[in-house]
Amino acid sequence: MSQPIEFHPSFAERSKAAVNDAHLRQSFRGAMDFLQAKRRAQFPDAAALETLRDLGADIRRYALANLPALLEQLEAQLTANGVKVHWAETPDEANAIVLDIARRHDATRMVKGKSMVSEEVGLNHAMAAAGIEALETDMGEYIVQLAGEGPSHIIMPAIHKTKQQIAELFAAKLPGVSYTDNVDELIRIGREVLRKKFAAADIGLSGVNFAVAETGTLYLVENEGNGRMCTTVPRVHIAITGIEKVVAKLDHVVPLNSLLPRSATGQPVETYQNFISRPRQPDELDGPDEVHLILLDNGRTQAYADVQLRATLQCIRCGACMNHCPVYARIGGHAYGTTYPGPIGAIISPHLLGLADTYPLAFASTLCGACAEVCPVRIPIPDILIRLRNEAQARPGTTAASLRGSGAARTAGISAIWRVWSLIYSRLGLYRLTSWFMSRGRALSPTEQGAWTKSRTPLVPAPKRLRDLLRERQR
Amino acid sequence: MNARTNILARLRAAPAGVPVPAPDVAAWHAAAGDMDSATRIERFRANIAAAHAEVHDTDIDSWPALLCGIAAQKGVRKLLVGKDAPEAAALAARAGGDLQLVRYEKPASEWRSEFFDDIDAALTPARSALADTGSLILWPDARAPRLMSLVPPLHFVLLDAASIHTDLYAAMTAERWADAMPTNALVISGPSKTADIQQTLAYGAHGPREVIVLLIGGAQA
Ligand code: SF4
Repeated sequence: MSQPIEFHPSFAERSKAAVNDAHLRQSFRGAMDFLQAKRRAQFPDAAALETLRDLGADIRRYALANLPALLEQLEAQLTANGVKVHWAETPDEANAIVLDIARRHDATRMVKGKSMVSEEVGLNHAMAAAGIEALETDMGEYIVQLAGEGPSHIIMPAIHKTKQQIAELFAAKLPGVSYTDNVDELIRIGREVLRKKFAAADIGLSGVNFAVAETGTLYLVENEGNGRMCTTVPRVHIAITGIEKVVAKLDHVVPLNSLLPRSATGQPVETYQNFISRPRQPDELDGPDEVHLILLDNGRTQAYADVQLRATLQCIRCGACMNHCPVYARIGGHAYGTTYPGPIGAIISPHLLGLADTYPLAFASTLCGACAEVCPVRIPIPDILIRLRNEAQARPGTTAASLRGSGAARTAGISAIWRVWSLIYSRLGLYRLTSWFMSRGRALSPTEQGAWTKSRTPLVPAPKRLRDLLRERQR
Repeated sequence: MNARTNILARLRAAPAGVPVPAPDVAAWHAAAGDMDSATRIERFRANIAAAHAEVHDTDIDSWPALLCGIAAQKGVRKLLVGKDAPEAAALAARAGGDLQLVRYEKPASEWRSEFFDDIDAALTPARSALADTGSLILWPDARAPRLMSLVPPLHFVLLDAASIHTDLYAAMTAERWADAMPTNALVISGPSKTADIQQTLAYGAHGPREVIVLLIGGAQA
């Protein structure tokens, strides 16, 4: 499997390192405060926001309720428009489709617009292995690619870097560039380098924000113009997206995109809303000769199979949940080790990667509810986190869903504890006897109680049982 | 086709869940209300200016002179115009001196390096515009290809003030987009920008650094 998840060090170890990295904490803290304030300023009317969120949630729920039919409609419309539609169950299949298209065109140079799904399938590695240069062209993605890292935020990939770090990176990696931490100058340098790449690329790859079934339209939003470059300049455009990104009607994108940029970065609208419906027509002078859409499953059908977990697929990838998450703000995006970090990462990753490797993410939450409060499409993230915790601890075969890796957190020790607990609690005499011994034997309580005592005082049973206290009162 | 069959079969096997009625975008939009034409023009102006674009008032006869003046001031030497575009003809009568009109006649792939390196500005019409976000709607075709609004560092846009809609929903419905989408429709709100380095806003990331709107008939309204 080509997905970039790191298992060593563990999530706990990575989080600990992140929390102790003062620079990183400062970067994230500053960015999160900034983004929260900007989002607030975009929604001055609370009632209007709630109405809009209701509509946004309805649009996404409606799309999911009709998903198979809408996917077929989307495919039929796109095909009629001259766009080739491909389906992939796994990341490897998606990469194979891209490689196949590349080979048919003898392509060696690919420019990429921002696409989290391409990160999810590990596309860059697959292309590199086949001798194809896959270059990120979103400024933030370009910076993290140059640094040999992955994005730490789904909207602002280089949010963990200071401008000084980027200045050093450019000076070290780009020939003829000397150190400057002037942001305008850094962007100008990036622009110059990437312009040449756009002009020379064989293939442009992009994500999709929404795919409109009604008209067969790929809707993409961005600020920089690199997305438009990737979808217009090279002779082949390949778009890749998850099967859940479909919406029924063209006008459904209006409320969704009223929510998306304001929730994401606190800007009223993106610079470019790009509606692509077909490849270049005979009389047109630019645009790709071929347009492809790859629809990826990669575990999404598992989420879909469960009525509660299906809500995970309503996500429009705005990143507001991570911007408001007290855990994300402290550990940053890389600590999660998954393509999608933060609250959305905790609830989607188990379907992409299996619960066995990702359940610790569901436990890394205070359940404060900030994510659900800001989610523009009303995903009940804390409820889903609790559900995933239960799934992780479940005795196999006892829950409604069949999740890959279900019960993975249920160790032999935990199973034994629950067996003893249920034995004691189901027999009154045994229960009284045990509680009598515990209250009398308080002094024997261990001072080391695993994770609990790492930052808390040990738990000690009360000196008197509840029934003893009641008896005293009744006397 | 195996992946397709499997994915659709898994989706169809899933339980239905609670039924969801079709979302009523029209009702939501109606509740927000429409703007009158003077408000639309005023809001368009304010919002696109906030997005860092310039707006110049003009009329159907004097815009070529205005454009030539701005072009001279900005040091534009090569201005890209659409082949057979009506605005190109109007401008050709005026242009001269330092301003050279370049016609977009060949496919982009045949003159890429000149296009990317030598063109200083482009002129395209806007189909219409949006008041609430200060956005321009472009409907690229053979007379105003897609890359004209993207590759040159400066983008001049000719806009009729009477075509400004309240918002994207109003534009889509009035212009009946869903009946016939073009190859590529664009909604553009200002010059290209990025805040990817330490949340610091910078203009001219990959697209134009400047967007200059020549607004026809906006001053009288
Ligand atoms: S879960 Fe909600 S808040 Fe988080 S990225 Fe998705 S849509 Fe945005």
